[in-house]
Amino acid sequence: MASGILVITEQNEGKVSRIGWEALAAGQELGAALGQTVSALVMGKGAAAAAQEAATAAIAQVWFAENAELQHYTPDGFSAAAQQVITRVTPQYVLAGHSYQARDYFPKLATACQRGLIADCVGYRIENGAPVLVRQAFQGKINADFTFAGAPPYFASLQSGAVSSDNLKRGGSAAVSDAGVDLSGIAIRTKVLEIFEGVKGKVDLTKADLIVSVGRGLKEKANLPLIEELARALGAELAASRPVCDDGWLPLDRQIGSSGQTVAPKLYLAVGISGAIQHLVGMKAARTIVAINKDERAPIFDIADYGIVGDLFEIVPELTKAIKEVKAA
Amino acid sequence: MKIILCMKQVPLKDSLLKITPDGRWIDEASVQFEINESDHYGLEAALRLKEQHGGEVIVVSIGPARAKQSIQQALAKGADRAIHVTHDQPIMDPLLAAQLLAAVIKAESPDLILTGLQSDDTGFGQTGVVLAELLGLPHATLVMEIQVLDQQLKIKRELESGWFQYIELPRPAVLTIQSGLATIRYATIKGIMAAKKKPQQEISAASLGVDLAQSPVTFHKLYMPVKTKKTQILTGAAKEVARQLAEKLKNEAKVI
Repeated sequence: MASGILVITEQNEGKVSRIGWEALAAGQELGAALGQTVSALVMGKGAAAAAQEAATAAIAQVWFAENAELQHYTPDGFSAAAQQVITRVTPQYVLAGHSYQARDYFPKLATACQRGLIADCVGYRIENGAPVLVRQAFQGKINADFTFAGAPPYFASLQSGAVSSDNLKRGGSAAVSDAGVDLSGIAIRTKVLEIFEGVKGKVDLTKADLIVSVGRGLKEKANLPLIEELARALGAELAASRPVCDDGWLPLDRQIGSSGQTVAPKLYLAVGISGAIQHLVGMKAARTIVAINKDERAPIFDIADYGIVGDLFEIVPELTKAIKEVKAA
Repeated sequence: MKIILCMKQVPLKDSLLKITPDGRWIDEASVQFEINESDHYGLEAALRLKEQHGGEVIVVSIGPARAKQSIQQALAKGADRAIHVTHDQPIMDPLLAAQLLAAVIKAESPDLILTGLQSDDTGFGQTGVVLAELLGLPHATLVMEIQVLDQQLKIKRELESGWFQYIELPRPAVLTIQSGLATIRYATIKGIMAAKKKPQQEISAASLGVDLAQSPVTFHKLYMPVKTKKTQILTGAAKEVARQLAEKLKNEAKVI
């Protein structure tokens, strides 16, 4: 019978990644709530080392798969390896962090197992002994509740930050063992040619104390000096949401969000940014968040400490002036 | 090259959304619709590949009657024909959507299938990957660039935190396109006129042999998220709110 929670724990070069720890913490929470044991699966180059690290968490068992076919991540390799482990371990739940890697192979894995996946969950609650998973729809404006139907295993992935890795319980005595995956009969159709960083010597926004970030609301590149002046008055770094970088108003290394940098400054002042979830995951840990946006229902206001609903073209020049005055006072 | 572009129509960005009383969907009466952003980039990628390598672009879209408008727009931009899988209810499980798409696409035997990375309404972000698995095809997500080689595709994919990769895949394959891949074209008047004569096939979802009641996940309801953070909304004239904010940043938040 299916039982237990298998957490597919993401790692990079032998170290469990942040989203991997978050998934383990979520597994522990869910395991405690449902009275189920938690195990972990670590895959890829460095998996054996990362498995030792994962075993510092209070869980029952860690498996690793470091086959030659898994040296580079591919959806075929990772999906096949995980499926073999799932077939053998027969977990009731299979969890992962909703990383870019997971979004590439996790739906494939669930489908290969002829099961469903509830992906990118922001939270859950237990009802009638089973989890009700909460995910976001309409770009984070609306939440939706889902449950699993049919036979296990049930697949779920959790958005970055859904469960904090601070909640992780350490002090485990988990057994670490090779998962014994055999991929010799598996066609790996993806060939990895090269992995590279988009911008060399990029601006490190993670070290900035103050960030002024600008979004689509700016309308055009010609309006950028307005924001630059505000940033200068504050002594802040300039950053942007994805559309601004896509359109070339600011270079890619100024982008905040899941595809850009993740920051936690003292002040994050978002101008004309509605707050699509891909942006919010990159900045929601900021200590003080200010939002200036014309749409009072923009999701950015849900996480802001201070909000101004209005026309940024009127407000920003006044704010630049006021900041200068207050700093001079 | 025969290219399929899977496209969805979604509410216009920044629409004010109201949930229906039964919590099953949004009230569509007050909302306008557009082509889903990443699908729009997928369309652009498909059209560019056709311009470089020849062939045809076939748009496949699941949706109610309103989806016709977006299909028309895709045809006006240069897609050659369209298959509209008519279905009035939103599909709240990516597996079901992928099963419907697979049923239609199998019959076409395309060389390449493109979809957007995810939809801006349900946002499952799974449909393309599940579709590939159902069709037994390789896939790549978060695609930024497509080069067609002899039998292979060379793909630039986005990884996290500003990293990228180049991969090679055999054809046919399913690629899910990241927004920003290439500047989206406008439809020309000539294109709009030509679109009226392009073939549009309608197939009802119910006729595709997919049991839409058989889902491994159960959708319960939509609701507005409960705010966890207390937000001070500052009101007044621009000059006044600017002053208030500057003072609060100094005295309350102590960040300047």
